[in-house]
Order: sequence, then structure tokens, then C-alpha cells
Amino acid sequence: MTTTPSGVETAARPTTAAARATDLSKVYGQGETQVIALDAVSVEFRQAEFTAIMGPSGSGKSTLMHCMAGLDTVSSGSTRIGDVELTALKDKKLTQLRRDKIGFIFQAFNLLPTLNAIENITLPMDIAGRKADQAWLDRVVETVGLSGRLKHRPNQLSGGQQQRVAVARALAGKPDIIFADEPTGNLDSRSGAEVLGFLRNSVRELGQTVVMVTHDPVAASYADRVVFLADGRIVDELHDPTAEAVLDRMKRFDAKGRTS
Amino acid sequence: MLRTALRNVLAHKARLLMTTLAVLLGVAFVSGTLVFTNTISDAYQKSSEKGFAGVDVAITPDRDSDDDTGNPGEAPRLGQRVLDRAAQVPGAASVTGSVSGYTALSEKDGDLLGDGFSNLGGNYYPDKSGKDPRYTMTDGRAPKAAGEVALDARSAERGHYTVGDTIRVSVDGPVRKQKVVGVFRTDDGNVAAGGSLALFDTPTAQRLFAKPGQFDEIDVKAAAGTSQTALKSAIDKVLPKEAQAETGQKLADDQAEQIKESMSGMQTGMLVFAGIALFVGIFIIANTFTMLVAQRTRELALMRAVGATRRQVTRSVLIEATVVGAIAAVTGLAAGVGIGAGLRSLLNATGATVPDGPLVVDTNTVLVSLAVGIVVTVFAAWLPGRRAAKIPPVAAMNSVHAPPSTRGLVVRNTIGAILAAGGAALVLAGASMGMDGKGFMGMGAAVLVIGVFVLTPLLSRPLIAAAAPLLRAFGMPGKLARQNAVRNPRRTAATASALMVGLTLITGMTVIAGSVQKGIDKMATDALKSDFVVSMGGFDGQRPLSPDVARTIAELPEVTASSPLRTSASRIDGDTEYLTGVNGKSITDLVGLDFETGSFSGLSGNKAVVDDEMAKDNGWKVGSTIPLTYEDGRRGTLTVQGVYDGNEMISGIMLDAAALTPHMSTVADTQVMVKTKGGASDETKDVLEKALGDNPAIQVQTKKDISEGIAQAFTLMLNMLYGLLAMAVIVAVLGVINTLAMSVFERSQEIGMLRAIGLDRRGIKRMVRLESLVISLFGGVLGLGLGVFFGWAAGEMIANGMPTYELVLPWGRMAIFLALAAFVGVLAALWPARRAAKLNMLAAIKAE
Repeated sequence: MTTTPSGVETAARPTTAAARATDLSKVYGQGETQVIALDAVSVEFRQAEFTAIMGPSGSGKSTLMHCMAGLDTVSSGSTRIGDVELTALKDKKLTQLRRDKIGFIFQAFNLLPTLNAIENITLPMDIAGRKADQAWLDRVVETVGLSGRLKHRPNQLSGGQQQRVAVARALAGKPDIIFADEPTGNLDSRSGAEVLGFLRNSVRELGQTVVMVTHDPVAASYADRVVFLADGRIVDELHDPTAEAVLDRMKRFDAKGRTS
Repeated sequence: MLRTALRNVLAHKARLLMTTLAVLLGVAFVSGTLVFTNTISDAYQKSSEKGFAGVDVAITPDRDSDDDTGNPGEAPRLGQRVLDRAAQVPGAASVTGSVSGYTALSEKDGDLLGDGFSNLGGNYYPDKSGKDPRYTMTDGRAPKAAGEVALDARSAERGHYTVGDTIRVSVDGPVRKQKVVGVFRTDDGNVAAGGSLALFDTPTAQRLFAKPGQFDEIDVKAAAGTSQTALKSAIDKVLPKEAQAETGQKLADDQAEQIKESMSGMQTGMLVFAGIALFVGIFIIANTFTMLVAQRTRELALMRAVGATRRQVTRSVLIEATVVGAIAAVTGLAAGVGIGAGLRSLLNATGATVPDGPLVVDTNTVLVSLAVGIVVTVFAAWLPGRRAAKIPPVAAMNSVHAPPSTRGLVVRNTIGAILAAGGAALVLAGASMGMDGKGFMGMGAAVLVIGVFVLTPLLSRPLIAAAAPLLRAFGMPGKLARQNAVRNPRRTAATASALMVGLTLITGMTVIAGSVQKGIDKMATDALKSDFVVSMGGFDGQRPLSPDVARTIAELPEVTASSPLRTSASRIDGDTEYLTGVNGKSITDLVGLDFETGSFSGLSGNKAVVDDEMAKDNGWKVGSTIPLTYEDGRRGTLTVQGVYDGNEMISGIMLDAAALTPHMSTVADTQVMVKTKGGASDETKDVLEKALGDNPAIQVQTKKDISEGIAQAFTLMLNMLYGLLAMAVIVAVLGVINTLAMSVFERSQEIGMLRAIGLDRRGIKRMVRLESLVISLFGGVLGLGLGVFFGWAAGEMIANGMPTYELVLPWGRMAIFLALAAFVGVLAALWPARRAAKLNMLAAIKAE
């Protein structure tokens, strides 16, 4: 199989990479019980692009995201956010980098139950001791449609609203890149569609860079580009996907997985 | 059910650890106390039995207490005639006459040898073989003549005295230089307990302690084949009326009984503190089981769904508690035995020597310890167990992430408010009733503490919110810490309450002790106009001082006024009353008393002053005459010339010493008050001390010295209480650790998320630490508040009987206690904070 070299047909898009992994490997355990989660993966996420990482369970898609987001250590290879090499950073610098340059959206348990919506949104900036850019904040809040609910606590919000708060939190700090780990995994399809719509809008309208891990072809269809992972390797890539095309590819991997 | 319960215990080992430790500490305290007191009691009993080994019958002076016709003074001592008669009784093998009294030995640098609680002197009474069976000479020989003395081995060692040295000895005032002729070993109980003992030859001892030719006690040893009782009845026949005989067995039994009684007092005291530690432990146990039940809601609901009854669910929790309690009790018992042994060596190390003996662990100790551990744990787990049973089976189907409920708090707050108000009312009622209000106050205090405990969840919000401005300085971690602290008000409340109990007691006792100290200090020094008070050393300060001391002082050129306080018994209206002889000419310069009527001036002859209470009871007024019988049996009358306000220190009938002295058989003073030209200065003090021969036994104290002495006694007492209460605080610390560890565990997802979005390890640590600090300070503030209230209320009660009582709020100490609470918080957070910081982010985020 061949990995499509990145940046080949992107004449219309800016070509600077927001994040880049080179020969990234992640190995768990040793000897007999060794599991290779990532096997010399090289990939690049361009600025102002919405990328989806897809693959069956155990393909290494979450691991890839965790390594590139500085949440997990790598076994070998390198990974960068902008110009910063993550593998060289100590925990403290890495934490600061996550705080200042990266936004996160998780599948569940995204919010602190003790803080209200707006406090949750500004949390990364409060941790850093920075003041939020009020105009930007207003715009983000408006974009995700939370204007009337800023004083609500998470347990007073629906699942979709909670996830929108998480999206707003990720956007509020104007990070270089947003990583979303199965952001619609716990949502019904309508709420999921809303959240995905916001993510896409943030890329289109706000120029944000988003990388999303998902196993849902419909979710992946919101992305500009889909990267397919299997057995710790990038096996394929799709641009401007539709749900059907993604599903098609996935079925092929499944079939291949079974026959090989 | 049993299997499920056991599995649960094993599955939650780590979370049950703190609970187990809390119970363990409490049980260890209980069993340690029992082992320690039993061991000591046993050792003292054995040593006292040894002490009575050579005594078959003991003869002591006796006074028929119903006899109102004899002299009101001390009973006459035993004469040589009694001894001779006892020796001739058939069945008597040998007779030992003993005489003893206070004897201060001087260290080589002039200080008192030994710790001042037991400094005795006695006589060496050689039998036919020339030896006294009570004492074994290890070095040198027994004292034979005036000027010779033998020392017990420990005192000789402590003072670095060897045979041939000269030692300064004082019995009632004047210093005598004696030659050390021997060193001996003895089974004497006082010596075994660390006191000093000096031996003189019999005539010298008799001269020093009694009247020549008299004894305090005569011990008779039975000849082979004569029983103690037979010997006693034989001796009874020849005894004069003023003497009585007892068998050695009876004396040993009596002493054993006495030892047991005094040990049981100590035991009760220590067990009270063990009880407090266990009470605090209950909060932690209840907290742990509540959390375990909450975490297992789904599992318990499943059990209910598949058919377990409510009772079975409760029982499974209680079985779990029983297992935990049993494990904790057994290890606690083992630790307690260790503590018992450790305490004894500690006592030995500090110089208070305890006689040797085996460690005593009786069945009672074992049973009590095990029962306490298990009962306390099961009791504390009872409520959580009941709550577990109330989980509906349908909860198994729901995804449970129940937000902390504040709903049930309405009922709780109502009950708490009623209890707290009722308790406070009872305490106030008790305070207004004087000493009769003790019962009310105790009950009120208990109810109020429980009320406040019930109210703590309500109190936690405003009080912790008050800390917000401070926490804001710590940025986001501070804010999160504050919110986390009030997230589960019940748990925070229980944790803080555990600390509150200890701090309430510590603060309350500090306030009371400080105030009472001030009161006693004022009582002792307010009326004192003299510059110095001269008295015998030792703990009681009531040992007799030779009249030579007063005479010597009066003759010094620096002294402008002086008066002895000379006490003698008398009988008035059939009751024994003590008369105090003072120097009528100078007493007005030395003692400032408030007179209701009349005055001190011109106190002489048969004129006397009496305190107001006595005057009221007997209907005496200025000019009344009091008929009385003096110590020597002579009758006379006193005329009241003044009535003064008495207090605990100065009360009773005072008259001119010159009128009292002729009636006294042994003239002795309790103290001498001195006013000097230079006032209370170190130089003058030196002059006085030198004039009295740099006597180790005599204390020359200024007002300041007296205050310091009082303060020292209170400090000692307070430190002991602090030490005993430390256990309750340690248990509370375990509680804080426990709560934090569980919070960290429960919030691991949150912590993982915070780490991911950019809170660094330091921030996480700080968040946990600040939460701990907030909870601890909350408990500390509640404890301080309650403690001050109780201290104030108890003071109101005490003030009724102590006019000089004055509330003293120890601000400095209170600040220290608050700092201690803060320290406890930081300390308790060490481990949980580290755990939180080390949490694997990814695992935490993924875990559901």
C-alpha cells in the first residue's frame, strides 16, 4: 500500500503545516506482549483544514492523536506543533504548549461540573492567568449558540449543549490546532450534526485547524480530508469525502482485514 | 453475602486503609492504656509486697477519731515502751522501730537532689545480727553516730556521692553537713519509684523527725510457726490505747488496693482520651463506607434486582465493616502492647523509675480491645449500610452520575439547628448556675457539638466562601479547590468535624487553664504585700519549716518586716479547726486582706481575725468570743477583732503567733513572709538564701517566682493534655487524607481533562493541597469557635467559686492552633496531591 504524500494537490489551500509527525512509532509492552500501536507514521495536518482520522478499533487512531497532541509520549520518531518539537519537551513545557497552542474536545467528561458554561469556556485562559479576548469570545459563543446559557452549570445543559461548550472552550484560546477525540460519540445524531457543523464552520469561517478522531463515516464526511489508519499505519486518504465514500473505504479495510 | 462482602474488602484495600488505620490507632490507644496501667500497677504491687515481706505485724499510732476529749493535735508517737513490750510478746522473733520524715539532700552544686516528689529520710535499725533487714549495704557501712548518713544507690549515683564524701542535708530548715558512710539497696516503694532516701542512726533520726525515743511505726517479725494473725492478737493485748496493730498481709493488701485505685483513676483518664480518638474515628469510618456505598450504587442495585433483600444489602455492608474492624482491632491490639511497653521505657528514660516487672496483657485487655474495634466500626458503618439498602433496584439500569444532593440537607439543618440551640441553651444555663451546673454544661456541650456537627454541611458554604478572596491569590487552582471543597458538603463536613472535635477540646482546655491560672495567680499574689515567701521545697509546699528560719530572717538587717504562718489544730464546738499564728505586729505590712469589719492592727494576746464565711456560719461578729481547745488540750477563748474576705489561699482563724506557740508540741511553720528594704531583688534574695545556709530544701520565692511556679504547673498539665489529644488530631489527619484520596479517585477524569487542557502538575498539586487546607481550616475555625465558647462558659461556672477568675483568651496559642490546622491540611494533602499529579491523563480521560 502507498501513503499519499501530503501537500500534493493543495494548490488552493495554504500549505503550512499546523502539526506534523515524522516516522512516529508507539510501542506498548516488551517482548512477547509487545504491541505496536503506531508503526513509523508520517502525517501532516495543514492549517485551516478539517482533518478526520478514521480506522477500526485498535488501528491506532486515538494513539496517533494523543501523541501528536502531547498527551502521550512516543517511542521513536518526531512530532511537531508548528515549529515546536514535542518529543524534546519536558512535562511542564508540554503542559504550557497544550494550554496555549492546542484545543481539546473529548468524547465525554469535557467540563468541570463546578464551573458554569462561560467559566468552563475560559478555563484554559484562567489557568494561564490570561485575559480572554472579549470580542473573540463573544463571537465564539455566538457561533456555537450558547449566548443564553452562559451561567448554566453543565448538569443544567443537554449533552449537545455540553459538547458545544467544549467546542467553544477549544476555540476561545485561538489555538494553533484543535484535537477532537470522538466528539460526537455520546451524542444523538442531531446534536452530533450541530457540533460537527460548528467544527466545520470554525475551520471555514474562523480559519481554525481541526483534527478529529472518529469511527463514524457521517462525522468524517464533515471533514476536508480523511486519513485512514489500520494496524498502526496510514493506509489511505480521501479529500472532500462524502459519508458513502468513507463507508465504502471502511468496508474495504474490513474485508481486507478478514481475508488477509 | 459473606463472600461478596469479603471480596469487597479485598477489592477496596487501599480505600479501606485509612479507615483501618483510624480504628487501629484508637484500639491501640485503648489497649496501650490498659497494658501500661496493668503493667505498672502489677509492678508496684509486687514491689510493695516485697516491701512488706519482712513485716508480719505493724504497730502504728492511733487516735480514736470519735474521741473529742483528747488533744486536738497530732496523735502521740510510739514510745520505746511499746517497742519493748512488743518484743516480749510470745511469737515475736524480732522488732524494728522506724521513724521517717522529709529529708532534702543537696547535690554538689547546692540544688535539690532528686525531683522533689519523694525526698525521705529514715533510720537504720540494726537487729540482733547488727543488720537492718530492710536495707542491704552495697558499699561502706551503716550509719552509727550523729553526723553520719547512708544514701540509696540511685541517689548516690545521681549526685555523684561516694563513701567518705560530705553531703548537705536538711530536714526542717537548718542545713546539716553529714558524712556519707554507706550506700544501700532497698525494696522500699518510694525509692523504687525514683524517690531519694537517706538513713541515719536511730537516735539521730528520732531527734530529727520526732521526739527522742519515739517511733512512727514498729514492725514485728513473727517467729517460725507463729501466724500473722496469732501474733497480732498477742500484740493487741499489750498495746496502749493510742496504738494499733495490723498484719503485714493486710497492709500489703491495703496498699495494693490503693495502688489499684490510683492506677484506675489514671486508666480512666487515659481511656477518656482514647474514647475521643475513637469518636473522631467514627466520622472517618462513616465517611469511607458512605463513599464505598455510593461508588457501588449500581452493583448494589443489581444485587437488589436479582433478588437480594434490603436486609441482605445492609448486612453485606456490615459484614464488610466487621472484617475491617476485626483486622484493625487485632493489629491495634498488637500495636497497643507495643505502646504499653514503650511508655514504660519512656517513663524509665525520663527518670520516673517504675519498678521492673513483666508486661501484663490480660484477657480483659484483649477482649475490650477487640470489642471496641469491631463495635465502633460496625456502629459507624450502620448508617451507610442503611442507605445502601434504600438504593432502588432500578438504579442498576440507569447510568448513575448523581449530582451531589443538597435536598436532604433541609431536614438535617433543621435538626442541627434545634440541637445546637438546645445545647447552647443548656451550656448557658449551666454557666449561670455555678458549680451545680456541671451536669447541665456537660450535657449541653455534648448536644451542642453534635448539633454543630449536624450543621457543618450548611456552615461549610458560607465559611469556605469567606476564604475565597485568599484563594483567589492562587489563581485557577485556588478557585477549583474552593469549589471542590463544597462539592460534597456532607463529606467535607464529616472530615472537618473530625478535626473540629480535637481542636475544640484543645482550645477549650487552653482557655480554661489559662484563665484559672490567672485566677490562682491573682489569688496567690494579690493579697501578698511581702517581697519574699520562704517555704520548704517539694510539690506540696506544706512541709514544716523550723522556727529557726523565721528567727534567722527576722534578725537580718535587710528585713523590715517578717511573719511566719504557724498552723496548729484546735477544737471549736467539737470540730477541728486550724489556727494560724502570724506576727501580729508586722502582718499588716505583709498581707493585704480586705476586711469587712475590724482590722489586723494590734493583733495580740487572745485577739483573732476570722474569714467572712466562717464568721457567717458561726454567727461571729467583731467582739464575739470563741471558746476553744488548743492542741495541747488547754482551753481558752479568742475574741474576734476583724472579719476578712477569705479565699482558697487565705482563710480561717488568725492570731498572734506568740499566743499560739506555747500550745504547740512541735513548733513548725508552713512559710515565712518577708519584706525587705531593697524590695524583691536578686541581691536581696541571695542575702536571704545565704543567711539560711544555701539550703537545698528551702525555697525563697518572690511574687514573680510564685507566678512562674504556678504557670509551670499549668504548662505541665496542658502539655500532658495536648499529648493525649494529639491522638485525636492524628486520627483526624487520617480522615483528611482519606477524603482527599477519595476525591482524587472520584475526580480522576476531571483531573485528566485539566491536565490535557493545560493545568500543569504543580497546578494539580496546588489544587488538591488548597482543598485540603480549606477543609482543615474550616474544621479549625469551628473548633476554635466552639472551644472558646466552652472555655468561656466553663469559666463563668468556675468564676462563681473563684472571685479572682478572669477570662484569658490565649490569642497567640489560638493562632498556633489555626496554623496547626493549616499544617494538618498541607500534611494530609501530600500523598493525595502527588497521586493526583501523577495520574495518567489518558487513562483518566478514557475511563468511564
